[in-house]
Amino acid sequence: MRTTGSADQGDLRLVEVTKRFGPMIAVDDLTLTVPAGSFFALLGPSGCGKTTTLRMVGGLERPTQGRVHLGDVDITDRKPYQRPVNTVFQSYALFPHLDVHENVAFGLRRRGAKDVPAKVHEALAMVELADLARRKPAQLSGGQQQRVALARALVNRPQVLLLDEPLGALDLKLRRQMQLELKRIQTEVGLSFVHVTHDQEEAMTMADTIAVMNAGRVEQLGGPTELYETPATVFVANFLGQSNLLAAGVSGRSGGDLLLDVAGSRVVLPSARSRCTTDRVFVGVRPEKLHVLAAADAAGRAAVAEGHNTVSGVVTDASFVGVSTQYVVRVPWGQDLTVFAQNLRSDDRFRPGDEVVLHWAAGNAFGLDGDEDPDAGRIIDPELEPVAVPDNGAVSKSVP
Amino acid sequence: MTGRKRTAYLLMLPAMAWLAVFFLIPTVTLVSQSLQEGSLEEGYVLTGNVGIYAEVLRDYAPQFGRSLMYAGLATLAALIIAYPLAYTIALKAGRWKNLLLVLVVAPFFTSFLVRTLAWKIILGDDNAVVDALRFVHVLDADGRLLATPFAVICGLTYNFLPFMTLPLYASLEKLDGRLLEAANDLYASAFTAFRKVTFPLSLPGVVGGTLLTFIPAVGDYVNVEFLGTPQTSMIGNVIQSRFLTVGDYPAAAALSVILMVTIVVMVMVYVRRAGTEELV
Repeated sequence: MRTTGSADQGDLRLVEVTKRFGPMIAVDDLTLTVPAGSFFALLGPSGCGKTTTLRMVGGLERPTQGRVHLGDVDITDRKPYQRPVNTVFQSYALFPHLDVHENVAFGLRRRGAKDVPAKVHEALAMVELADLARRKPAQLSGGQQQRVALARALVNRPQVLLLDEPLGALDLKLRRQMQLELKRIQTEVGLSFVHVTHDQEEAMTMADTIAVMNAGRVEQLGGPTELYETPATVFVANFLGQSNLLAAGVSGRSGGDLLLDVAGSRVVLPSARSRCTTDRVFVGVRPEKLHVLAAADAAGRAAVAEGHNTVSGVVTDASFVGVSTQYVVRVPWGQDLTVFAQNLRSDDRFRPGDEVVLHWAAGNAFGLDGDEDPDAGRIIDPELEPVAVPDNGAVSKSVP
Repeated sequence: MTGRKRTAYLLMLPAMAWLAVFFLIPTVTLVSQSLQEGSLEEGYVLTGNVGIYAEVLRDYAPQFGRSLMYAGLATLAALIIAYPLAYTIALKAGRWKNLLLVLVVAPFFTSFLVRTLAWKIILGDDNAVVDALRFVHVLDADGRLLATPFAVICGLTYNFLPFMTLPLYASLEKLDGRLLEAANDLYASAFTAFRKVTFPLSLPGVVGGTLLTFIPAVGDYVNVEFLGTPQTSMIGNVIQSRFLTVGDYPAAAALSVILMVTIVVMVMVYVRRAGTEELV
């Protein structure tokens, strides 16, 4: 985020913006500020209103209510071609009848800019496509088309660049590469980027600030670390990475800590890390923050660090992923917890059926409102679901 | 010959046979007929009289000129009428799209001759159109529409309008609306977006439509027959009368060959110019 005093001159502000399509509310009373020069991500599942929000900034949709400001100017009633805003479309929307050079020059020519060829060349050089200037879009690969779309928008030096899932059509490797590229370009040109995506990893890699959207509203807004380490709602906890949520009741307080009761086990949580004010709490622990110990080793409590909470359980599934092993551990009250254990040693892994103790530092967990739906925001992906527990105790085959 | 190739040749056989019988043989006959001399009574003999080409060109230059002019004007008029129509059907009609398309081809449900005769009535001397035009003094008190070049061009335009509309519709229908959003986003107003994106992308339709209209219109003789006079006669009328009324086969054949070659050359130049091969 910018630190200079002039930053608010170019801030993009959405004020109480609502968009209805017939009876459907796509965006619900949204108020949002994107500081000038920042890389801002709108993250959410499909249908959460993030693309509609982007289109309202670009002028391709008109808000039903509310205003859109860019710096001091109210741009709500301006046509798309009257806004200092450009979009990189999900489909790229390159003009098929124009070559790469003319595609990039399109915006400049409409505004009667000077030195068009030089500017186009510079923009194409930035995305490393200067050699392909005379190709037609159909002759380019997906990644190259994406870069043309980026150059075509960037060359106009808009105050705000809108990116509508621009990496969605690329394969994983290219996507990673383009993420770094985009971030580099954003730092280089210093424009505001508003990036719409449903890929939480993409948002976290690139954005300074992420707004997690759900059902037309912002669930939580903050930096990637903040959102990941202290999610404000169950939706955010589940949508951004994975979370183990333990239903708990508040049984007391001790100093700055909440004393919780999780199905009979005592668990401590710093009250500063809890969003909940009632007696029903979800204790959230990220899978990589859970440590696993063999029950026999933990019996003496020697291996469990001071101040750690513990829960015993039985391994029901172990999937070897290379750098880590993903365990599913069934705890006494029947819940399955997910654990990512780093493979620090090559001979030290648990098998289904092993009795283990899970422990975590109290300060690594977070507390959420216990009245929420614990499945909100969970990504239903069959490949991530634990496979059935084999009876013979052999390590189950995970998806390679 | 591999089995695959044999299949390909077998599949092409019916079309090849068709072309040989109904295109290649008639064309050869036509050319050979144009080089014959003689008379209907005594029969014609192939003498290689190339001079006939210069002769008919000289004799029927006005009809040639009229054909190209009437067909050109009719094509232009059809383009001007059909483009907005096709645009509306393709991009704005919503659920009325199919109904409107049926209406475009509806004239084909009646015969070409009947439709042209209908225009004779519409443009007739004592009917509403002429009365109205006389009333507002576009026409003189005894001015008429029938038997004028205007009537002939009207007939041509009307009769070939669907051939213009359908290719235009097909190319506009494929237009990706997101390209127009991108153009708007890149500072193009609606009109500029049309000029720079929609129209260039519809060029294959424009080329297809103009060819499908112009080619049959140049050789048409029915519209002049019903709506025109000998003063408005086109090359089709000459060929028809030479062949069927006078029985001057060599001249008629020579005119046909000239017309064919002219059209082929014009189409080639036109398609090159329009650069359709570069369009996606």
